[in-house]
Amino acid sequence: MLCEKCGANKASVHLTRIINGKKEEIHLCENCARNNNHLNIDDNNLSFQSLLSGILNHDFSNEEFSVYDNNDSHKLVCPNCGLSYNEFTEKGFFGCEKCFSVFEHKLDALFKKVHGNIRHNGKLSISFQQNLEVKSEITDLKKAMQAAVEKENFEKAAEIRDQIHAINEDMEAEKDES
Amino acid sequence: MNHKLINDWLIEEGKEKDVILSSRIRLARNLKKYTFPNRSSGVEKNQLINDLKLKLDFLIADGFNFYLMNDLDKVQRSVLHEEHLISREHAENPADKALFLNNDKHLSIMVNEEDHLRIQILKSGFEFNNIWTLINKLDDQLDQKLEYAFSKKWGYLTSCPTNVGTALRASVMCHLPALVLSGRIDNILGAVGKFGLTVRGIAGEGSGSEAELFQISNQITLGLSEEEIIDKLESVIQQIIAEERRSREFLLRNNYIKLKDNVLRSLGILKYAYQLEESEALKYLSRIKFGQDTNLIKERVDQDLFAKLLFEIKDAHLEYKFKNIIDQEKLKIKRAEVIRNILNEE
Repeated sequence: MLCEKCGANKASVHLTRIINGKKEEIHLCENCARNNNHLNIDDNNLSFQSLLSGILNHDFSNEEFSVYDNNDSHKLVCPNCGLSYNEFTEKGFFGCEKCFSVFEHKLDALFKKVHGNIRHNGKLSISFQQNLEVKSEITDLKKAMQAAVEKENFEKAAEIRDQIHAINEDMEAEKDES
Repeated sequence: MNHKLINDWLIEEGKEKDVILSSRIRLARNLKKYTFPNRSSGVEKNQLINDLKLKLDFLIADGFNFYLMNDLDKVQRSVLHEEHLISREHAENPADKALFLNNDKHLSIMVNEEDHLRIQILKSGFEFNNIWTLINKLDDQLDQKLEYAFSKKWGYLTSCPTNVGTALRASVMCHLPALVLSGRIDNILGAVGKFGLTVRGIAGEGSGSEAELFQISNQITLGLSEEEIIDKLESVIQQIIAEERRSREFLLRNNYIKLKDNVLRSLGILKYAYQLEESEALKYLSRIKFGQDTNLIKERVDQDLFAKLLFEIKDAHLEYKFKNIIDQEKLKIKRAEVIRNILNEE
């Protein structure tokens, strides 16, 4: 098929437009398509970013995932990197890991649009798991300490308290190292 | 720069090499305590680089080289980009960026690209199991030294929402001349989109498909496991390989003389041309590879011709080899010379 505009080159871009319910098909070669104002195929990055920005700006308030209404979005600012939710919707990039907790209530709806899914189903970070294990160990120890106190076994309680301190100190030391 | 000019990762043995030139997996990772690169200062970026150099010193013992991107000149950076070892962004905006590179294992870790770390492995042919095992192991090693930005709900936290979750992108570079020639390519590539995969033409200007090379990769990173993402991509690619081979048989049955003429003319042009544009050279090299894979070429031509020359005829590779020639005319002459030399060796 030849290009409808120049009639010289092979048509490689096929465009279907629906205006007021009327379907219209246009077949263009790459050069003519590039010059066609309706298409913006040159600037891939820009169109990707504007597409994403469009998704981000979409009003999710009527949808099942939106727990909170949209009016508070201008108030959402990440205290760590200073990124506001509005800025995020314009640029399409998170600024740091804290942004995820600050924008938390908006993100399931966004991920649903982008990925069709809202929960991670892949591998777990090792450092993340180790942190979790330490946290649950501390929770267990605190419960044991409480039980010891209730039984008025203060010697045992003090022992457990020292254990918790030791774990916390280990964690602090590791953090300083890293 | 301790870097081999003629890249060997594409030439090595690999499965299904008549259609699949290479396979790649990359993981995006960020560290908890640093601001993401799109929002951090030069000072903070350099703190991260220094921090990584200390904590990841085991990589150097494992055969990695470390480079500050600013310590490499423009041609060297472009060579790495042309070999798909770093991104265009990493080559063109080198400030506050770094690279761990393992030439033997075709493994690279970009520092301060869109995310703190972009880990990737390339392999010749259709080969995901080994790549995944290798990169998964390396990722665990890094994880034990660094504290990754990770959430139980959303997995690995990345700058761009499109990477969140596994932050894994698996892709293949495939050669689909028969699907292009038979006009079936648009249908097939359109169908690929329905499986959550993306396709783009590569290795050339404009539409990028002069060499009939396409990159197919997964788009979705959240909600599927790494293995599921790879399995899904693999099964779609299997279909494309089968379709391409079917089209080759069909074309050979119905257009044998025309095809043979076209392939041998391409060989003739490359054997005698005095100057060649990159896109022109790629077009003829692609035809020759097609001719080799379908036994249309009876005379002896280097079996790895395409893989050997795909990078070598690119601008930066020529500039690197012939010591910084910038003149476009000379570059075209050298390109033709490099190709002639290999073809006339036989």
